[in-house]
Amino acid sequence: MKSRRLLPVLPLLTLLAMLGPVIAGLYGTVLPAFGHLPAAGLTGPTLSPFFDLFDWAGLPRAIMLSVGVGVGATAIALTIVALLTAGWSGTPAFRFLERLLSPLLSVPHAAAAFGLAFLITPSGWISRALSPAMTGWDRPPDLLIVQDPWGLTMMTGLVIKEVPFLLLITLAALGQADTRRSAAVAQALGYGRLTGWLKTVFPRVYAQIRLPVYVVLAYSMSVVDVAVILGPNTPASLSVHIVKLMSDPDIAMRLQGAAAALVQLGLVIGALVFWRIGEGVVARLGQRWIMGGGRGKIDPIMCILALTAGGICAFAVLAGIVVLGVWSFAGFWSFPDFLPEQFILRNWMRHGSGTLAALGETALIAGCVTLMALVLTIGCLEAEYRYGLSISARGMWMLYLPLLIPQTAFLPGLQTLMLNIGADVGRFPVMLAHLVFVLPYVFLSLADPFRAWDVRMGTIANALGARPDRVLWRVRLPMLLRPILTAAAVGLSVSVGQYLATLLIGGGRVATLTTEAVALASGGDRRAIGVYGIMQTGAALIPFTLALVVPAIVWRNRKGLRHE
Amino acid sequence: MKHLALLAALIAPVAVLADPNPADWDAVKAEAKGQTVYWNAWGGSTTTNDFLAWVGSRVAADYGVTLEHVKLTNTADAVTRVLAEKQAGEDDDGAIDMIWINGANFAAMKEADLLFGPYAEQLPNWAVVDAAGKTVQTDFTVPTDGYESPWAMAQVVFVHDTADMPERFGSMAALLEWAQANPGRFSYPQPPDFLGTTFLKQVLVDILPDPSVLAVEATDENYEEVTAPLWAYLDALTPNLWREGKAYPATGTAMFPLIADDELDLSISFSPGAASTAIANFELPETVRTFVLDKGTIGNASFVTIPYNSGSKAGAMVVANFLMSPEAQARAQDPAILGYGTVLDMNAITAEERAVFDALELGVATLTPAELGTVQAEPHPSWATRLADDWTDRYGVAQ
Repeated sequence: MKSRRLLPVLPLLTLLAMLGPVIAGLYGTVLPAFGHLPAAGLTGPTLSPFFDLFDWAGLPRAIMLSVGVGVGATAIALTIVALLTAGWSGTPAFRFLERLLSPLLSVPHAAAAFGLAFLITPSGWISRALSPAMTGWDRPPDLLIVQDPWGLTMMTGLVIKEVPFLLLITLAALGQADTRRSAAVAQALGYGRLTGWLKTVFPRVYAQIRLPVYVVLAYSMSVVDVAVILGPNTPASLSVHIVKLMSDPDIAMRLQGAAAALVQLGLVIGALVFWRIGEGVVARLGQRWIMGGGRGKIDPIMCILALTAGGICAFAVLAGIVVLGVWSFAGFWSFPDFLPEQFILRNWMRHGSGTLAALGETALIAGCVTLMALVLTIGCLEAEYRYGLSISARGMWMLYLPLLIPQTAFLPGLQTLMLNIGADVGRFPVMLAHLVFVLPYVFLSLADPFRAWDVRMGTIANALGARPDRVLWRVRLPMLLRPILTAAAVGLSVSVGQYLATLLIGGGRVATLTTEAVALASGGDRRAIGVYGIMQTGAALIPFTLALVVPAIVWRNRKGLRHE
Repeated sequence: MKHLALLAALIAPVAVLADPNPADWDAVKAEAKGQTVYWNAWGGSTTTNDFLAWVGSRVAADYGVTLEHVKLTNTADAVTRVLAEKQAGEDDDGAIDMIWINGANFAAMKEADLLFGPYAEQLPNWAVVDAAGKTVQTDFTVPTDGYESPWAMAQVVFVHDTADMPERFGSMAALLEWAQANPGRFSYPQPPDFLGTTFLKQVLVDILPDPSVLAVEATDENYEEVTAPLWAYLDALTPNLWREGKAYPATGTAMFPLIADDELDLSISFSPGAASTAIANFELPETVRTFVLDKGTIGNASFVTIPYNSGSKAGAMVVANFLMSPEAQARAQDPAILGYGTVLDMNAITAEERAVFDALELGVATLTPAELGTVQAEPHPSWATRLADDWTDRYGVAQ
């Protein structure tokens, strides 16, 4: 059998697909950071790029922003998700919020950020809704909300996007831990729903969602597109500064950019270590809290707060999408009108052909990349199941390396490498670059359900005479239809949302909805941003809807397979 | 003419074997057929994007050249790309065939030998370009030497909403007074954005008693002294800016929605017709008008250039030549389309061609060429670079 020979090499191939570009890219970053750039007639090693970087007056603030926003957004999102799950899991309200939040996971970061900006600026939709009746404002107040120097708006933008992500991951983990009985026992002992869950279930769940939390931390610290849209500019966060340095016409600035990229890498590693130590501290405090035996007097209040926070996240993303939609059809729309003077189709006619071309490109790339990622992931997991070729704990860390290493640290170096091997043009290199980011997410969302599959089903199928391949195709994959489709939807949305990888590796020739939307962002044409934002959201949202609908239809008469 | 072309053809090919010879236009056209030209141009303005798409359809129909607009957020990205390709030894078929470029990037690329040429003055339509009357042979005082070809004229205008700010003013000093009386109603794009840096230069040109010092390269000796009045001016202006100068719009067009929202009453633009176009697109209220300063405002030409490693140089030259055609120029000047000034000499084109220009309705907020008044020269690019860097150190890094 062909697959028997192919299957064992898939884990290796998977690691290569993800780590090759990262290592090559880092190599391409480290050399210039120490002053070695032969193409510009510069040979190192020297530390002067770092000294130049430290001379930049904005550095302390840029670092503070990077660290503060990253750690803050992660801590807030994790807290919301933990309290929400603790207080409400199993209730109708939770199922409603879950249904509301899960699809929002797929909304690209850039679109969510635009939506949030259109909502909360002084001339945004919320201000328009309340003005002038409740605020007395005839003109928008001169308030610094978007691009505030502390990065609070940027942090909010990240939180509303990371809550759906962490919630989905937590839900996947819940299926593994024996949560219901623990919670029931705790409640029988008189613990409040929230306190009981936190004390008995959360430690087990957190052990499972630890890596995704680290991913959120690393991502939030180094994000570029959200920072460009919502973050401050005086100065910008470190990753935005890196992109600026890397695109400076003065080639010597690249040395500084590479040095900054290494600083960024160091910050992320430092923050991860800090977080890991923090886990220990929280665990010790938590033990004391558990030993204290408090039953949770303020549970009801915390429950309400958690639900409110979750609701705000959902509202911010949903209303943001709606306001993008309104702008895409808007004629003249002055403050404080709640709606435009007229609704017109002209914006869509103007941008229609451009968005369709970009949509085609986006769909082609996302489709191919996701398919590759699914094949590799399922191959890895099946190899692990059949031959015990599991990726070790250290291997798992490698799997997440592309997500833990700031994009800005290795993508520019990768660009040079791809140029060197003559693979700079066209969409295939962009697909490979996307695969680096898509693969871990697909693996992340599929691995647990795949491993959680009841192997006794396989034993029964074997006993009935089915060979391993047949078991895989006829029993395991169909049973895992929903998690596979969910993983595919996650993969598609990750690919749709890729900005830096598409821009740098595609050399600007590969125009996806996201690169087009962010290019338009600098011009501030809200109607065009509305059109592209809606298209971008649709491109990511439709697969997600399918991932929910298809299993429900296919397994309409198999209640146990719907994973509800 | 034919002999000259022949002579040029005999001399040139030795050095650049594979490159097309701009003087042999028939050969250029023949080679261009079937080529794809990747034009890297700022993609933030939807009206410009639409115009570029139209150019694409026209050169495809007439010359069989496929034009792809690569939408940039920052022109420096394209320069970086060419640099990266040169490092990697990609000398024959780079990703970029043409760049809409500005003075600082042009100076950088020209100095680093990253450009193809000279070609601009051999293009057939150069004959109708107003080389004597318009600044099309220097870019920020740097001689173009035929390494870039012009396609539009731009001039600084101030855009104001007459509903909130009825009166124009005539000098930068008056702007400061107005801003102090009306805090939070004016802003400019954050340097090193092109227009933001232009604003700094405009202040300097207007408040200096003798701006001629700016025409030559800035030196360490004179820079501090010359620019001191500018920083004093900005120190007084910044607290009265929109958001007290703690945040700035990213680009010029990003200020239009702020005017439409009534957040700003005043902004600047480098395109005299852009306000009229924006009104037509519902992006600005109908009460918006434009004005220039008493002493005039800074103006310059927009250029396109061809990287040395383009694989479609012939196609790129065909596009560059088409951009200077009366047909393309008249369309660009139409405020319903772009509202850009023309680079052509109205006396060099035919009467029918001139009639198309004469028939254009300039738009409610667009000044006539006479009203636009004196065009002040761009300072040497060394000033722009230093001003932008200094601005960032002073206002761009700490609160």
